[in-house]
Amino acid sequence: MAEAMPLLELAGVHTHIGRYHILHGVDLAVPEGRVSVLLGRNGAGKTTSLRTIIGLWRASHGAIRFAGAEITGHATPDIARLGIAYVPENMGVFTTLTVAENFRLADWRGDPQPARLDAVMAAFPVLAQKWQARAGTLSGGQKQMLAIGRAIATEHRLLIIDEPSKGLAPVMVAQLTEALASLKRARTTILLVEQNFAMAQALGDHVAVMEDGRIVYRGEMAALAADIALQTRLLGLSLASHQ
Amino acid sequence: MTPISRQSRDPLPYLVLPALMALALAAMKFSAWLTLTVAGLAVGCMLFLAAIGLTLIFGLMDVLNFAHGGFVTLGAFIAVAVLTALPIAGGGVAAALGVVALALAAAAAAGGGLGLVFERLLIRRVAGAPLRQILVTVGGGIILQQVMIVLFGAEPLALPRPEALRGGFIIAGAALERYRLMVCLLGLLVYAATHLALNRTRLGLLIRASVENREMVEALGFRAERLFRLVFAAGTALAALGGVVWALYAGMVTADLGADIIILIFIVVIIGGLGSVSGCFLAALLLGLANNYVGFLAPKLALGTDIALMLAVLLWRPRGLLPMDGA
Amino acid sequence: MRLLSHDHPGHWLLAALLAALLLALAFAPFLLPGTKALAVAARILIFIVLAASYDLLLGYTGIVSFAQTSFFGLGAYGVAIALSGGGGWLALILGAAAGIAVSVALALAMALLSLRVRAIFFSMITLALARFTQVLASEWRGLTGGEDGLTFSVPRLIAPGFHPFVAPVLGLRISGPVIAYYLIFAVTLASFLVLLRIVNSPFGRVLQAIRENPFRAEALGYQTIFHRALASALAAGFAALAGAMMAMQLRYTNPDTTLSFSLMIDILLMVVIGGMGTLYGAAIGATVMVLAQYYLQPGLAALAAAARGIVLAPALLDPGRWLLWLGLIFVLVVTFFPAGIAGSLRARANASARPPIA
Repeated sequence: MAEAMPLLELAGVHTHIGRYHILHGVDLAVPEGRVSVLLGRNGAGKTTSLRTIIGLWRASHGAIRFAGAEITGHATPDIARLGIAYVPENMGVFTTLTVAENFRLADWRGDPQPARLDAVMAAFPVLAQKWQARAGTLSGGQKQMLAIGRAIATEHRLLIIDEPSKGLAPVMVAQLTEALASLKRARTTILLVEQNFAMAQALGDHVAVMEDGRIVYRGEMAALAADIALQTRLLGLSLASHQ
Repeated sequence: MTPISRQSRDPLPYLVLPALMALALAAMKFSAWLTLTVAGLAVGCMLFLAAIGLTLIFGLMDVLNFAHGGFVTLGAFIAVAVLTALPIAGGGVAAALGVVALALAAAAAAGGGLGLVFERLLIRRVAGAPLRQILVTVGGGIILQQVMIVLFGAEPLALPRPEALRGGFIIAGAALERYRLMVCLLGLLVYAATHLALNRTRLGLLIRASVENREMVEALGFRAERLFRLVFAAGTALAALGGVVWALYAGMVTADLGADIIILIFIVVIIGGLGSVSGCFLAALLLGLANNYVGFLAPKLALGTDIALMLAVLLWRPRGLLPMDGA
Repeated sequence: MRLLSHDHPGHWLLAALLAALLLALAFAPFLLPGTKALAVAARILIFIVLAASYDLLLGYTGIVSFAQTSFFGLGAYGVAIALSGGGGWLALILGAAAGIAVSVALALAMALLSLRVRAIFFSMITLALARFTQVLASEWRGLTGGEDGLTFSVPRLIAPGFHPFVAPVLGLRISGPVIAYYLIFAVTLASFLVLLRIVNSPFGRVLQAIRENPFRAEALGYQTIFHRALASALAAGFAALAGAMMAMQLRYTNPDTTLSFSLMIDILLMVVIGGMGTLYGAAIGATVMVLAQYYLQPGLAALAAAARGIVLAPALLDPGRWLLWLGLIFVLVVTFFPAGIAGSLRARANASARPPIA
């Protein structure tokens, strides 16, 4: 059988932010049940791509399809309700609410199911300890766990995560990688933006590399990981040296 | 930013109120002090009722509604309409309270409904343009006031308080008015209800979350826009509620009520810290008390009390007593 | 063009309107003889200065202040108080100067306060200040005459009874008020040109940069507070100057004519209808508004009489409901026509001047 229809597909997506033309025709396919990683230098348009998918920026041209339905230009809540969870770069934790209160807002339909919460607590035990603490008092890593935990506290078809390793200590990155790896084993569909190549390599099935608002490379993660010269050309030395 | 209702850890602002009361006690006889204090607290509670909606709307939507006073006036006229339609000459306390409750409900409904229209026709069209948003609410306020003159006339309308709510009793040589005590009770009730709603209910959590990060609330699948509309309507409904209480206190209503009171409302929300519920309550009580004390001790200075108080607080705490970002 | 500081009206229609306005105002006493016409023309001149001074704040700096009437009132009361004690030109000039000085000082003090508070607080504080000055003027009877205000006589040269020439000049008998009119005309023209120079100077461009993006302007190294304070002070000074001219022209001053909130609404409307941030718009807006007040507002009464019998119509058309219609126009302009007359014409001219983009 040929390639199955991807869960999420971007075709020729352009995005303008104010006067600036950020995305210049992004083509991207996120297959179901796999982890797709979006790589690229700062300012390449990775975050803008994610924000355009979830509807926080509006695509000026092109089409975005999710599960076969066109979602281009739809309002963010409507897109989210189709089953897309989004963990932004700044984590989107409500710092003035407690951890418990953050989890109460995980699902727009109502309080999340206890069984599901238990599973999240099993993955991130520290959140259970901090259950009544104000989220603003958590460490960066704990906030990231809260953000991801909140995203998986309810059923979603696609998980979009923007640079989870950003600003975290190595030990935290390892812990987070392990948590995401278990999601991967459970066949969760994930679109991950990541600058940390080791983490990207550990989790990714597919990879796409962005530059100047376009996808300049796409392929299997394993192939890119094996080709140092290609990494250097696409991502620059600094990223390759993460290995 | 942080939650609308979060209490500041700093105890200093909370001490201002007792300090002011103690200072006043030192300057006058106890009976006079008690009368003035109860009256001042009542005025404060009325101010709180009139102002709380403005601070809520600002906290969530970043919209400063200069037409807020118009909704207070609307509530006052509704009170006149309801009490004129249902005269309860000589009725008991229950009947009087029933009619007042009916007026409150009618005013809240009218204020909330008109608020929705107002948001739809004026506020939403200029979303994202703060300067135009201010101008549009100023214009909307003028229209609101003028339409009320068309509907209710430009002459002051008398609003006699129901018999059962007049008079009072003497305690320790101080005259305490029944209606004032009732107003204090209502103010406390609304304060507690707002506080609980924001901190204990899922809707309240959602509102607090939206204040902090609207985008994330939407990315979680919640329709923040509807939430905003709801809060706007709640804010204008509360303003109308304040108008009823104010009208019954003054015993007379004119279309200028809102324009007169909006200055005090602004001073309350500025002193309290824009967006802060507790700050609004504290500031309203402070202003009510200060006005009454100064009016008694040095009537000539009453004119500038509000503004002097505002300047003093701003020089001390530029963002108000209990700003919502808690810092 | 040097006179206009190279700030051209932009659109031919705007240029024509302005030229017509200038000519009409320059020859108003000869074109439209009569006390009322002269009063209307003088009022237009005074409000051009007042609206232009407010445009410096609202249009160029993006500051929403409701206290412009306070400064206008200070200028008016400065002259009124000085002339109430008798005295001639020296008292007039000293009174005006005192009004302007107090206004500038007050504006600077408020700007310093705004250093400490959020921009949105500032608008609310100005509203409180406006109310405070209004109440103060009504209550401080010893100084201001309370609600009744002050009535006084002006120097003989500009007083009604003065006629320097026996024979008419160009068919007009020159009187004190005509001389006063030309004095106001000269001051208005000079003020307007100075304001035009200010907004087109590097200082004016910084103001606009701050309005567009205060953070970016700050990052570029501009002292936003300093620029805002200076703009506020200038706006207050010119508003006080307009107030002084108003007192001189009316020969009385009271809270209603100089400090009322409806006057503030008038100023807002002038600037918004004319077009924020263009100065020319303020001139157009002031003219339109003053003419409407004098010639359209009485028309409402006729309409109300004609509409008798229709539900609510007479009440809606009552001349007392003038503000209702102003409010509606104001909201409509802000919502659908935010560039105002001058801004829209300019945008049109720019659109046709720009080559089509490939």
